[in-house]
Amino acid sequence: MNEVKKKRMNMSQAINLALHDAMEQDDSVLALGEDIADREGGGVFKCTAGLSEKFGTDRVKSTPIAEQAIMGAAVGAALAGMRPVAEIMLMNFITVAMDQVVNHAAKLRFMTGGQTNVPLTIRTTTGAGFGTGGQHADYLEAWFAHTAGMKVVAPSNPADAYGLLLSCIFDDDPCLFIEGLPLYFAMGDAPVQGERIPLGKAKVVRQGSHVTIVSYSRTMVEVNQVAQELEKQDISVEVIDLRTISPLDMDTILDSVAKTGRLVVAHEAQVDFGVGAEIATRVHRELFGQLKAPVARVGAARSPVPFSKALEDEFIPTRQRITDAVLDVLK
Amino acid sequence: MTELTSPDTSVLLEIYRKATLIKIADDRFIELIKAGQIASPYYSPRGQELVPSAISVNLRADDYVITTYRGIHDQLAKGIPLKPFVAEFMGKATGTCKGKGGPMHITHLASGLPVTTGIVGSGLPIANGLAWAALLKKSGQVTVVNFGDGASNIGAFHEALNLASVWNLPVVFVCQNNGYAEHTKYEYGTGARDIVDRAIGYGMHGIQCNGNDAVDMYCAAREAIERARNGQGPTLLEAKTFRFRGHLLGDDGHYIAKEIMDAAVAADPMPAFNQWLIAEGHATAEQLQAIEDENRAQFEEAVEFGLSSPYPDVSELGRDVYAEETGV
Repeated sequence: MNEVKKKRMNMSQAINLALHDAMEQDDSVLALGEDIADREGGGVFKCTAGLSEKFGTDRVKSTPIAEQAIMGAAVGAALAGMRPVAEIMLMNFITVAMDQVVNHAAKLRFMTGGQTNVPLTIRTTTGAGFGTGGQHADYLEAWFAHTAGMKVVAPSNPADAYGLLLSCIFDDDPCLFIEGLPLYFAMGDAPVQGERIPLGKAKVVRQGSHVTIVSYSRTMVEVNQVAQELEKQDISVEVIDLRTISPLDMDTILDSVAKTGRLVVAHEAQVDFGVGAEIATRVHRELFGQLKAPVARVGAARSPVPFSKALEDEFIPTRQRITDAVLDVLK
Repeated sequence: MTELTSPDTSVLLEIYRKATLIKIADDRFIELIKAGQIASPYYSPRGQELVPSAISVNLRADDYVITTYRGIHDQLAKGIPLKPFVAEFMGKATGTCKGKGGPMHITHLASGLPVTTGIVGSGLPIANGLAWAALLKKSGQVTVVNFGDGASNIGAFHEALNLASVWNLPVVFVCQNNGYAEHTKYEYGTGARDIVDRAIGYGMHGIQCNGNDAVDMYCAAREAIERARNGQGPTLLEAKTFRFRGHLLGDDGHYIAKEIMDAAVAADPMPAFNQWLIAEGHATAEQLQAIEDENRAQFEEAVEFGLSSPYPDVSELGRDVYAEETGV
């Protein structure tokens, strides 16, 4: 699937297209990761299907199951002027490679006084809802957003995924690109081929006047549904898709909250010490006198991701919990 | 394998020049730290001078060398310019890294020194990426990554050797086995009889040599580097050496038995190499002294440069974090 013939596609196809277009445009774009070459199936979620056949196994390399080796090779290739895209099959597996990401990719530009840079992209997927239990579904974006030198991106739909991934690949800093697992299978509008979406720019996806919800990645699906439902009750919700977590687009958030006076931040990561906390404190600092209610946060339960469906369904920020939070700030 | 013979006199004297420069730098840095003119932890390479000196004469300017916090010998041998090198040690704005990296992260890309890591073992996976890029560019560059015996016990070592083997990368993994991982003696921390034995487990070429013998070190390095350059893949090269000044400056060496230290001092590779060069007729004592004197003069110039250089401006906190300036 190498060109846009469809008007709609899923996020796996959009990512595949972005990788293809980036590799076609620039020989320095490389891909590596477990099972990503076509001989191994083109990636467990098919995001890299067809790439090794078209661009060769020198540029599109399957690796051993060795995340430190994957990230280290990406750092080294980036130092040598390449633009590697490393696939970490599931986000929890990046814990094995944290040293390469945090101590090396994120810091080398600064520690070398700007002599080197590390233009790599880490693609990874995660998310609860698939019965994968405690070590396959965490949202760990706050760790990376907390690390100076990293950029963190989390699209919610195929078109954004395409444009943001292109921007990550051609950005001169290390980018973590989080692909919400259920989004792989959800259809959306096809991207405009070749068009990059700038990093650090949130998008107001729904205009409203009573309350603002900021979200990103798969939780945007729930948030959009909640906003539609609440409209029936004459509650007007403004929805912001953050798209990039770091750098954080506070201007878009502050403009919206200045208008609505109320903010709910919803994400699948745990609430405590999370992205919502950072947004809340910045909003409180800038708009303290204009807020009609304290900023509310909705996220996963403070527990490891559970296996049992009965627990997992309630672990994520459900539509009900997001709705409750909105109604609470409207009191 | 081609028969490797001793290098000619000019190469031997270049090894000597590099090695004495390292020893002078080491002595001077310790003096400056003790005098309060440099505020930094310091990991001395005293005793390991010949290892990188004999390796680097086999390298091209554009080959990569990765090293660790105990790395001034590797950096000096690769040819880092002295003034910004010393200034970086002092945290000055004129340093190779504008004073933002410091002694544990001395980097000079233009000299082929892209990474110096403070994390044990982390250079090895990065070496693979540099080597992969070199293959794609068909540049013929070789990547040499230096680490200690302690690093051969961390996961990154094993992941990196395995990947280098299956990807057939032009990397030379140089284990400078100085016998101690921080304070832990080799046999208390390492299950392998010899580090080089670990090459077998990864289907990789392995060489063990005496890192305190310039000729042995030179021949081993040449073999490994030529193999990498010729597409024969990676080598694990174990250079046996000894660390005279402990893990960190101030370390009292209590964990090294007196007889072991006495024997090591008696076999100090620096005076031994000096005497060997004279005995074999490669140079006179006066010629070797002249090399040393020139090194000392050049190093003193660099020290003066560093001491008289300014510290970085606070605005540097907001620079080089990202490609775009972020401000303080």
